[in-house]
This record gives sequence, C-alpha cells and structure tokens, in this order.
Amino acid sequence: MSETPMPLWEVFIRSRSGLAHRHVGSVHAADAAMALQAARDVYTRRGEGLSIWVVPSDAITASDPAQKDMMFEPTASKIYRHPTFYKVPDDVGNM
Amino acid sequence: MSGTCEGAAATPALQDYTLRLADSALILGHRLSEWIGHAPLLEEELALGNLALDLIGEARSLYAYAAEIEGKGRSEDDLAYRRDAGQYRNLLLVEQPNGDFARTTARQLLYSAFAHPFWRALAGSRDEMLAAIAAKAEKEAAYHLRHAGEWLIRLGDGTEESHRRAQAALDELWPYTGEVFERDAVENRLIADGIAPDPAALRPEWQRSVAAVIAEARLKQPTSGWMQSGGRSGRHSEHLGHLLASLQFLQRAYPGASW
Repeated sequence: MSETPMPLWEVFIRSRSGLAHRHVGSVHAADAAMALQAARDVYTRRGEGLSIWVVPSDAITASDPAQKDMMFEPTASKIYRHPTFYKVPDDVGNM
Repeated sequence: MSGTCEGAAATPALQDYTLRLADSALILGHRLSEWIGHAPLLEEELALGNLALDLIGEARSLYAYAAEIEGKGRSEDDLAYRRDAGQYRNLLLVEQPNGDFARTTARQLLYSAFAHPFWRALAGSRDEMLAAIAAKAEKEAAYHLRHAGEWLIRLGDGTEESHRRAQAALDELWPYTGEVFERDAVENRLIADGIAPDPAALRPEWQRSVAAVIAEARLKQPTSGWMQSGGRSGRHSEHLGHLLASLQFLQRAYPGASW
C-alpha cells in the first residue's frame, strides 16, 4: 500500500458577527474541495462560522521568528505613529 | 397534538411509517458512530461523528413523534432500546457492516442520494410534524450526499487499491438499493393521503446523482439483478442483532438506567 502524506491547509473562518476571516487552525486533505469539507467538519461544529477559506499551508510566506528584532523592534520607539500621541484641542470635539 | 392524523385508521399507518424512518436513521447513525476511534484520519473521525449525530438527531425527533402517535406512554428511548431485531423496520442497506472506509462511504452515498430528495419531498407532507422534521433533515442529507460523493470520487479515481475497494463496496451493496423504492400497503395509504411521497418517483433523481458520482469516480455501476428485501417487515440480515446487542446493552442490563 502506497501512502503519501496529505497536504496541510490553513483554515480561516468568518463568524456570524460579520468580522473578517480569522485563522482557526489547519486540516489535512488531498485537495481544496476536501479541505473545505474537512474544515467544515472540524471547525464549524458549534455554529462558529458562515464562511470558510482554506489555503495551502505552503502558499503562506511567513516571517522568520529569528528576525523579529530586526523586523519589529524599531517600531517600538515611534510612539508618534499612534493617534494617542497627539493632543487634540478641545474645540475640535469628537473626531 | 400536532400533525394531521385523520381518523383512527390512518394512525397505525402513520406510526409504522414514522418508525421506519426513525429506525433507518438510528441504525445508520449507530453504524457511523462505530467509526469513532477508528477513522482513517482525524478530520474524518469528526466528519463521521457529525454525520452520525445528524442521523441520531433525526431518529430522536421521529421516535418521539412515533411514540406520541401511538399514545401508549412509550418514550423515544423505549422505541430505540426495547425492541428486538424483528420489530425494527429499517432498510437493510443501513444495517450492513461498516467494512472498510470505501464500504462505509458507498453505503452513505447510496442512502443519502435517496434521503436528500426524500426529505425534500416529505417536507411538503400534509403531516405538519413530519414536514418539519424533514425540512431540517433535508439540509443534513444534502451535506451527507456531498461528503460521501466527494470521497467516493477520490477513492474510485485514486490508487489501484482504493479503486478496487470502492468497486467491491458498490458491488456488494447494490442489491440492497432496490428495497429503498419499494411500496407496501402502509405507504400506499399515506401516499394517497398526501402524507408520504411516492419513493418510486424519487428513483430518477437517485439514479442521476449516484450515476454522476460513479462516472466521475471511474467506477462501474453494478448491474441491477436480484434485490434483497425485508427490512420493512422485520426480516433483517444477521448483522442487525449484533448491532442492537451493542446499541441496547445498557438499557437491557440496567433497565431505566439514566445519568
């Protein structure tokens, strides 16, 4: 019997609340149609979703955790990029 | 009491008919539950459990209704746990053992390809309770059909071994498909009353959806020869007794046990 490992798929589900699709986990499946079914059966058993996306895991290009200092550290000191950094004159009221 | 049971004469027929539908759903649901802990992959373990729970849920609603029609104080549990094989009215198809995954998949396809149009037709029943149960079951059956169909296509059009097993499964189960479309006095009565759909009228759709899957799976449709029959009158294969022994053990050993 020949067995090849089944491809892995990342599963994204949009909940009832109408927010964006959110990553919930992964499933093994031979192809996209089966991955969608598996995602439905594994991740929507308690009414979690109204829409499912499945994406081949190997289609995702991820940042390297080892480079997180280079990637993300420099933004920590740039507090002026947050709107809360600026004082809004009282006369402006609610923006 | 909901529903439209007209006159005393219609009542036993309606109760018998409801029980048949309940028994088929329960037995197939139980068969699928036997896969729990044994499924070929984790995803399918959950999928088979989902299908089983859909079917057992359908069975519960139908048993509760059958008990209500009967009006003798029996509960859905009494009907499920305290009848012997000879009193069960399920289709022979659904009591057939799981076998390998191909066999379970083929059994599910052959049943669901009927169940889907059947529930849709029953949703238009003059009996309000059956119509309501059917409307819910139709959506479940639609997914069961898709799930089983997609798997059978991949098994049939997969490896040499999966093809061989899928073909063997179809060949083995085909003789149980004739019974699905049979009609007897009970059904004729209810069809005339607008309560039950005519199963024969559903055959073309069943044939179309089964044939489409078989063709895409590169399998051969078995030739329709002699067909098994008897589930509706309580003449079952030897498998049902074994299934009930496991299904009913607790209530038989400890009557009335609850937790």
